[in-house]
Amino acid sequence: MKRTSPMTAHVARAVYAAILTPLAVLASHTAAWAQDSPAIDTGDTAWILTSTALVIMMTAPGLALFYGGLVRRNNVLSVLMQCIMCMATVSIVWVVIGYTLAFGPGNALIGDLSMIGLAGVGVEPGEGETIPPLLFMMFQGTFAIITPALIVGAFAERMKFSAFLIFTVLWSILIYSPLCHWVWGGGWLGERGALDFAGGTVVHISSGVSALAAALLIGKRIGYGQEPLPPHNLPFTVAGAGLLWVGWFGFNAGSALGANGSASIAFVTTNTAAAAATLTWVFVEWATRGKPTVLGAASGAVAGLVAITPAAGFVSPMSAIAIGAGGGLLCFFGIRLKEMLGADDALDVVGIHGVGGTWGALATGVFADAAYGGTDGLLYGNPGQLWIQVEGVLATMVFCFIGAIVLLKLTDMLVGLRVTDEGEIQGLDLTEHSERAYGSID
Amino acid sequence: MKKVEAIIKPFKLDEVKESLSAVGSSGLTVSEVKGFGRQKGHTELYRGAEYVVDFLPKVKLEIIVSDDNVAQVVETIEKAAKTGRIGDGKIFVLPVDEVVRIRTGERGDEAL
Repeated sequence: MKRTSPMTAHVARAVYAAILTPLAVLASHTAAWAQDSPAIDTGDTAWILTSTALVIMMTAPGLALFYGGLVRRNNVLSVLMQCIMCMATVSIVWVVIGYTLAFGPGNALIGDLSMIGLAGVGVEPGEGETIPPLLFMMFQGTFAIITPALIVGAFAERMKFSAFLIFTVLWSILIYSPLCHWVWGGGWLGERGALDFAGGTVVHISSGVSALAAALLIGKRIGYGQEPLPPHNLPFTVAGAGLLWVGWFGFNAGSALGANGSASIAFVTTNTAAAAATLTWVFVEWATRGKPTVLGAASGAVAGLVAITPAAGFVSPMSAIAIGAGGGLLCFFGIRLKEMLGADDALDVVGIHGVGGTWGALATGVFADAAYGGTDGLLYGNPGQLWIQVEGVLATMVFCFIGAIVLLKLTDMLVGLRVTDEGEIQGLDLTEHSERAYGSID
Repeated sequence: MKKVEAIIKPFKLDEVKESLSAVGSSGLTVSEVKGFGRQKGHTELYRGAEYVVDFLPKVKLEIIVSDDNVAQVVETIEKAAKTGRIGDGKIFVLPVDEVVRIRTGERGDEAL
């Protein structure tokens, strides 16, 4: 690891995200003054262009296949449609208004409208930046896209397509953008020093908690708890998990905002945590349920990737093993949570993203090591960081849960959340889209 | 003419087909089916939720034969499909009133 590399990341992150300690911010300012004029670093820019494409791939085909395989055969198209429509819808929302609400100067809670329609977002890097602001905007946009797509798993197999669209647009503007501002856009959580390298709170807790709200409000699927509602195509799900794993290198290592040491750390911790969580889930399942399952391996991989996300650039590879294993173990039991909560969270968004994201955010406060680029955590003599992480988790949960309830109620009043019982039994592919995935004879 | 309908274990299909070819059987139709008899289903496990699956996959053969060949065809299938374990399947013999070869218009045994 080159000592200078993490500093490059600091410079970019300090300016864009303002989540660093005052000392690091001071260092970045010094570094910025030392430069004659800001210029595009082609290496950094090439990596963030690549990372942006990798994260886009996570939503479709990655998440689309992961979720598509988990539903029954008469709902697979509806889930693929919701994922691809998240890409299309949020892409537009983000460039028009989402980005400025997240990253405009604004106040501690939300950005302003100074960059509405990407006004003033150009290609010349600002002071201390090494990539075009336009590229940073697009990289962040890919996170805005995948986050509401994650929620799809909670209301799968019964939500009206029109309700999904309205909810997604509202959620993206009124929940994702402010939360992103809190953590990365100069808002209060970032100012307090909450560590979130690539979106443990912003992406995973937010989607997991909103998923719980959605599953509770829309109600259980017909037959839930009485008849099997098994996955219809696990090869899809495994292919999706593989694409997510690969795409996550863009998600996490790209969050270093440069081709540097911090990106390398995040790359290694991401892969290591995913591996540790996969092994943990499979072996715990084998021991407690009698068989190691393929779905268990795929679910464990995603649980580990979720868990390491907030910590990726702040912890050692050995800590990543602990964070990944903890993620695999907690999510394995976390998917039972829905039964206790009485929520038919169809594809386990709460159990994996909610639980894994919460564990990851807290674990970041435990395992963070300043030598890797952030601040020290509990294990390195700074218990205060864990408390800041707890604040971040709780604030995110309360905001996203209440916010999602309000938006879902509003959507329900506008178009109704749920398809008819008849439509649900027939399957959303036919009722909502007049299409079938697998020919006319089932 | 008779219709011989056999429900067999899927992995026995090739063996049955080859044995039937060896005794000169001229054609058959197969389909993938599901069902249950004495053989119990199995348990499937998805994210910790266990599902008991009652319907097991089987292969159904349908062969139309002349009355003279019924005994031989039934015996051939019986031998080739047998493993001796529960779930080997069943063979049904049904009467067939008429057979038409669509291309030529032949009727009865001529059309087999």
